[in-house]
Amino acid sequence: MIDTLRLTAEDAAALLDSGEASGEELVGAYVRAIGERDPDLHAYLHVLGEPGNGVPIALKDNITTRGVPTTAGSRILEGYVPVFDSTVAARVKEAGLPLLGKTNLDEFAMGSSTENSAFGPSRNPWDPERVPGGSSGGTAAAVAGGLAPWGLGSDTGGSIKQPASLCGLVGLRPTYGTVSRYGIVAFASSLDQVGPITKTVRDCARLYATIAGRDPCDSTTVELPDPVEVPEAEDLKGIRIGIPKELNEADGIQPGVTEAVSKSIALAEELGAEVGECRLPRSVDYGLACYYLVAPAEASSNLARYDGVRYGFRAPGDGDLTSLYSRTRWDGFGAEPRRRIMIGTYALSAGYYDAFYGQAQKVRTVIAQEHAAAFEDFDLLLSPTSPTVAFRIGEKAENPLAMYLSDLLTIPANMAGLPGLSIPCGLSEGLPVGLQILGPQFSENLMFRAGHALERALDFDFVPERLRG
Amino acid sequence: MAITREDVVHVARLARLEIPEAEVERLREELGAILDAVGKVAELELSDVEPTSHPLAVVNVWGEDEPRPSLSAEDALANAPDPADGAFRVPAVGS
Repeated sequence: MIDTLRLTAEDAAALLDSGEASGEELVGAYVRAIGERDPDLHAYLHVLGEPGNGVPIALKDNITTRGVPTTAGSRILEGYVPVFDSTVAARVKEAGLPLLGKTNLDEFAMGSSTENSAFGPSRNPWDPERVPGGSSGGTAAAVAGGLAPWGLGSDTGGSIKQPASLCGLVGLRPTYGTVSRYGIVAFASSLDQVGPITKTVRDCARLYATIAGRDPCDSTTVELPDPVEVPEAEDLKGIRIGIPKELNEADGIQPGVTEAVSKSIALAEELGAEVGECRLPRSVDYGLACYYLVAPAEASSNLARYDGVRYGFRAPGDGDLTSLYSRTRWDGFGAEPRRRIMIGTYALSAGYYDAFYGQAQKVRTVIAQEHAAAFEDFDLLLSPTSPTVAFRIGEKAENPLAMYLSDLLTIPANMAGLPGLSIPCGLSEGLPVGLQILGPQFSENLMFRAGHALERALDFDFVPERLRG
Repeated sequence: MAITREDVVHVARLARLEIPEAEVERLREELGAILDAVGKVAELELSDVEPTSHPLAVVNVWGEDEPRPSLSAEDALANAPDPADGAFRVPAVGS
């Protein structure tokens, strides 16, 4: 009997290698689990249960898959069946990982709860009355709920790290440029990155190794400077860890979150790390504002392609071509993409460009410089991933600004193109708390090492309490 | 940030979004609140700071101009809402 709630991807690979389970039995176990629990969790938009002899995987539904519907959580792409594979989907396929299905997300990855999905929210396996986070909430709900051993999400402002945090999982937002964006439904191109959501840091490193590396189809990608190392070390000796005051003391961080993170920091010291305080004075104060200008500006340009002509939804009615575009776009986009397109268009429009978009690009420079200064003294930085544990469905749905604050602590590093790893570090009110580990560009191996050592010492049980047998 | 109804209608037109009259006021309020929050970037004095448009210091990437397989016309039209005669059919431009 395969316990999909408990099984890591590494465990699954061991079952296949030893012949204890066949590929068919493994996929079958996940398809059965999906049948049992997905009606409650709504992690998937399309279930495939592809046959194969590798460890099966779930992909966020903004990752283009040939012959398999790819909606990005939007009505405007309902019924769209891609005629090509994204590079990450192709790499996953080449690695022999059968596709379990495509997972739910906030429309065009815009949101922090999956409540902006045109197809309804996913639910948190720890408490189905709560959100799984977002925008990669479907992938996180699938992995935490035992409906996939591992999966891929995408992260623009925190869309991998935050749902991993809210669901008690490991999530990596890789260094910008290490994972191809070819075939990823574009949101904000200078920020979008695909990355793994897994139960363990070792699984995360393995999946990152599968997808990372230069791709001729995405000229913003680079070769990894070093091969990915699956971590083994259980200490943090020789690692200098900075605690950015502003990321750890920001308004709105729940006391239970602070408590769990403080314990992890103390543990890091016990494991041999040198720990000290550092500052990111303007990154946290101005990061959110910077992000909500840059990302919508890029989105307003990227989403111009949805015009009802070449693919996707077309609104019925008479009139000329302009009116076809405008009707299709108003009817096809949900409230959040409309808001962001409007903000982005405004910020880029004549008379406002310098004050908004131009200024935000300068703030981005300041944020990168502040992080670079912190990394002169420290190898890694620690903070909470999300200011809060999973919130109730509906709690922030009517207040876009309150929702935006979910990404307060993940956004600054993203603006600087830095990688970040979230690992579960404890519970508050019975819900998982995530620890954010930040490093300089291309420091994934060091983050995996530190994440693994902390994970071993923390001994967090990733199976949601209410589902433990 | 005082954003007017006229601003909302103007920006919606630039973005090709056919906003119904009944939605203008709600969107004006939402956008006003968001622009107030993001307008915070103006507080910083950054006249000497260079803008960042891209997080990696990647310069132009050159490649050989080599022909390779691409989408067939059939594939390219596979998802078209209204394909006709090997093309995407649209209403008249500016009738």
